[in-house]
Amino acid sequence: MDWQALALTLKLATVTTAILLAVSVPLAAVLVLGRSRWLAVVEALAALPLVLPPTVLGFFLLVLLGPRTSFGRGITGLLGHPLAFSFSGLVVGSVIYSLPFAVQPLVAGFASVEPALVDAARLLGASPARLVRSVLVPLARRSLIAAAVLSFLHTMGEFGVVLMLGGDIPGATRTLSIVLYNQVEDFDYAAANRTAVVLLALSAFALAAIYLGGRPRGGSRA
Amino acid sequence: MLELSLDARRGSFHLQVDCRFASDWTVIFGPSGAGKSTLLRLLAGLDLSAPRRPQHARIALDGRLFTDTSSGLWLKPGHRQTSMVAQQSALFPHLSVAANVAYGLHDLDRSSRNSRVEEMLELVDAASLIDRRPRHLSGGEAQRVALARALAPKPRLLLLDEPLSALDGAASDALLVRLQEWASEHGVQTVLATHDAADALATGAEVALLHEGRLAALGPAAEVLANERSRLIHRLSTNLSS
Repeated sequence: MDWQALALTLKLATVTTAILLAVSVPLAAVLVLGRSRWLAVVEALAALPLVLPPTVLGFFLLVLLGPRTSFGRGITGLLGHPLAFSFSGLVVGSVIYSLPFAVQPLVAGFASVEPALVDAARLLGASPARLVRSVLVPLARRSLIAAAVLSFLHTMGEFGVVLMLGGDIPGATRTLSIVLYNQVEDFDYAAANRTAVVLLALSAFALAAIYLGGRPRGGSRA
Repeated sequence: MLELSLDARRGSFHLQVDCRFASDWTVIFGPSGAGKSTLLRLLAGLDLSAPRRPQHARIALDGRLFTDTSSGLWLKPGHRQTSMVAQQSALFPHLSVAANVAYGLHDLDRSSRNSRVEEMLELVDAASLIDRRPRHLSGGEAQRVALARALAPKPRLLLLDEPLSALDGAASDALLVRLQEWASEHGVQTVLATHDAADALATGAEVALLHEGRLAALGPAAEVLANERSRLIHRLSTNLSS
């Protein structure tokens, strides 16, 4: 077992999930509560990584963050190193790639809150931030948990974006999915099997936790 | 004094009202679908964004403009010192009764907030419910708590949309009387929407008769609802004699 890759994968998934929740909660609230027609464009952009091949996204990010663009050169000047082929670069790629997995459950959760409750909070003087904090988030708690778990798992299993943007640098960008790919390429099926089982077990455990949490205690949903 | 001039369309329904409510307690009376709830929501500032934005709206309370389409003024609901209670109590299900009533009191310190919560719950006869969760309240109890929550910030304008429909007649009448006294004492202008003629007549207030989105009459309850009054008396005498 490549423990270094496992630790890096868990770190990447944790950092990405934290950033995604911080970004997605206000974004989902704006998408649900806002009235502008332009929000449809924002929603489409936020959902784009769902249908975009990961290698395409990884390639664009590689070019954008590399020395070929002024943006990439600016970032390099600011950080002292390029974002591509670094852990920070992987975080940027993962946040963009997993964005719909955080935004979509939150949009569904916030949209299911009764409009009368939102009206009541507004009439009682709640600011948009307080409305989100004190009404939408507590009432869409399960959606928040689903968003966190799906973002975490999606980041853990990421391959195309990681390979394009991060390459295969041990301790910096080599995640478990890259390790699995390398093991299969080396025909080391026993090691590949162990790595795959770890990824499978983590995903199955987390998803089971979500579904168990969503079921009423001691009975069926009916 | 509440001045309003509204022109709003909701599909085939057209609300067109131009009037002044001079009394501190005005009852908007009309059948279901007459536009009472639409009118109250516009007064509260809840339906002012597209696509529900009215074609024309000018709303002012005691000279202070809330909405004026001609100058592009759209005061947000929370900036109007306006509270509203609808038939659906809309209590926050994850908060206790105390926290629900305190929700609009974020500007007060903790002790003032607690005493205001107790005061309001006592006013609506719901002091014993203070620690309960909304899911453990009956319909009538939930409406009392919703009323306490709306009164707690001591608004300048109180909008009531059939707020006591889950209470029995005697309890509803007693609460209305107490509410009327409280509103008068605190200078709160109140607009109560109802389709129940007995409610409208009981308060002896100014009545605005709304019919298919138009204001059909505005004046003292006994005059505007003379026909309704006769009908109620006739029904009562028929029931007594049978």
